[in-house]
Amino acid sequence: MKLKKEEIEHIAKLSRLKLSDEEIDKYRHELSSILNYVNALSQVDTKGVDPTAQVSGLKDVFREDRVISWEESEVASALSQGELEKGNVKVKRVL
Amino acid sequence: MSINLNELTIKLAREKLDKGEISSLELTEACLKEIESSNKELNACLSVYPDLAKEEARLADKRIKTGEKGELLGIPYLCKDILMTKGLKTTAASKILKDYIAPYDATAVKRLKEAGAVLLGKTNLDEFAHGASTENSAFGVTKNPHDLSRVAGGSSGGSAAAVAANMCIFALGTDTGGSIRQPASFCGVIGLKPSYGQVSRFGLMSMTSSTDVVGPITRTVADAEIVLRVISGEDEKDATSASKAHIREIKEVISQASPLLAERLKQEKNKGLSLKGLKIGLPKEYFAKDLKKEVKDLVINRANKLKEMGAELVDISLPYTKYGIPVYYIITPSEISSNLARFDGIGWGTNQEGANNLQDFYQVNRGLGFGSETKRRIMLGTYALSAGYYDAYYKKAQTVRTLIIDDFNKAFKQVDFILTPTSPHPAFKIGEQSNDPLAMYLEDIFVTGASLAGLPAISLPAGRVETSNKKMMPIGVQLIGPRFFDFELIELGKVLGDN
Repeated sequence: MKLKKEEIEHIAKLSRLKLSDEEIDKYRHELSSILNYVNALSQVDTKGVDPTAQVSGLKDVFREDRVISWEESEVASALSQGELEKGNVKVKRVL
Repeated sequence: MSINLNELTIKLAREKLDKGEISSLELTEACLKEIESSNKELNACLSVYPDLAKEEARLADKRIKTGEKGELLGIPYLCKDILMTKGLKTTAASKILKDYIAPYDATAVKRLKEAGAVLLGKTNLDEFAHGASTENSAFGVTKNPHDLSRVAGGSSGGSAAAVAANMCIFALGTDTGGSIRQPASFCGVIGLKPSYGQVSRFGLMSMTSSTDVVGPITRTVADAEIVLRVISGEDEKDATSASKAHIREIKEVISQASPLLAERLKQEKNKGLSLKGLKIGLPKEYFAKDLKKEVKDLVINRANKLKEMGAELVDISLPYTKYGIPVYYIITPSEISSNLARFDGIGWGTNQEGANNLQDFYQVNRGLGFGSETKRRIMLGTYALSAGYYDAYYKKAQTVRTLIIDDFNKAFKQVDFILTPTSPHPAFKIGEQSNDPLAMYLEDIFVTGASLAGLPAISLPAGRVETSNKKMMPIGVQLIGPRFFDFELIELGKVLGDN
């Protein structure tokens, strides 16, 4: 199976990745080859087998619903690397 | 001093520190000196903090002087740059995070800090831990200290090389599909992958949430045990971390299937593991005809050592082994595509001028900020999870994963531990595998299984083989244990020895 150029462009858009034409072509070949390889799984008989959701074996991990504020210095640090305006992080226009 | 302090093990350093023969400051300075002299060539460290480290060392020395006892008090270490270290750059070896300062400490780092370990700096890795050679780092490859033309392995290549080159006394790595064990094997050091849930993942930048673990890379097995004791344990901030009660419960269920192992559980810790009657499984799928004879001989030699000491070698089969790589390389990219969606470039990262709106901004920042392997995996995962493909890929892979886990469950009813090679070959040359992503994925062939099943696994040096350029390169033997039998696995590792 070989992925089409349009499929790669669509996946790139979904992943929010801007790719050059060379990259689109490169990934088209590479992804096709990898998908062909992993397709070996389609041969495996998995009738009656449940998928693994997690291996931890834990169930219903809860904690008390109490509010613990982050240290102010940590909050300041987390917000310090962006462009702030009136306490809000500035981004490019959406539309 | 006739010995080089930076070559000490945790145990030896501890003795000397507690006796007052050396100070943590001297130990730290010795490591910093080694980093300064060899890091330019090896590129094991991405960032080093001499002043901070010396300050931490002085604090540790004060604590030691008050008579405080602690196994890691004053011991210098390096940390893989995918774990958050408060106030310090945490880049995941990616351009997109090249100036990112972590606002908090990962739990594993916090526990080491509280124990008095001294952080020297952060080590190199494959970008976002995607890789098996550290060639995917945005900041250059890490060279193997045993042969500079070869890779140090990956993704924890920097940590493994640093320990092998005596830049630190121990290092922290992470293992998602072999990333502690394989570089440890390539660099001739010990690499321990704890059971999933044994160590908190809080502060570890997520890659494959269902297999990621944090673990130690050390020069001795006893050292790995010390680090594990400090960093492991339930964490309120990681819902997948296991409590002591849960661990006990799981081990009891497993022991019911294996009475001999249950016997050993009752033995006193100090007596060590008795090998008499212990069953070691050798899975035939890991010793196939095409395994290099020199590698097979060294690994079987280790198995025979256990046999000489009273263990019984048992041939077993893990029939779904061959599906480990396809399963892993559907699940991993899928979880990656979700986990890396948060990297929007807002507030940090490469700021791209010219992007006119938010969509463009995301696409350009991510397109330019992420390296090619990362983008490859994000796209694979996006495809595998997308409408119409989810059942055929992700769900199918998780179902075959159940069969792989069952293989191990069945095996652990017949044997107590499993022994295999860590890697089919020694470290390859820089550039040798990097043109074919699939060839690179196959590097994980022996290490993926334990990751998918969440089992504890350790790689130990098994000897050296001669390579094409006449260098003798390290080979690792892997021991795998049942879920949460980490400390028993370590006892077995101690029997095999450190080199």
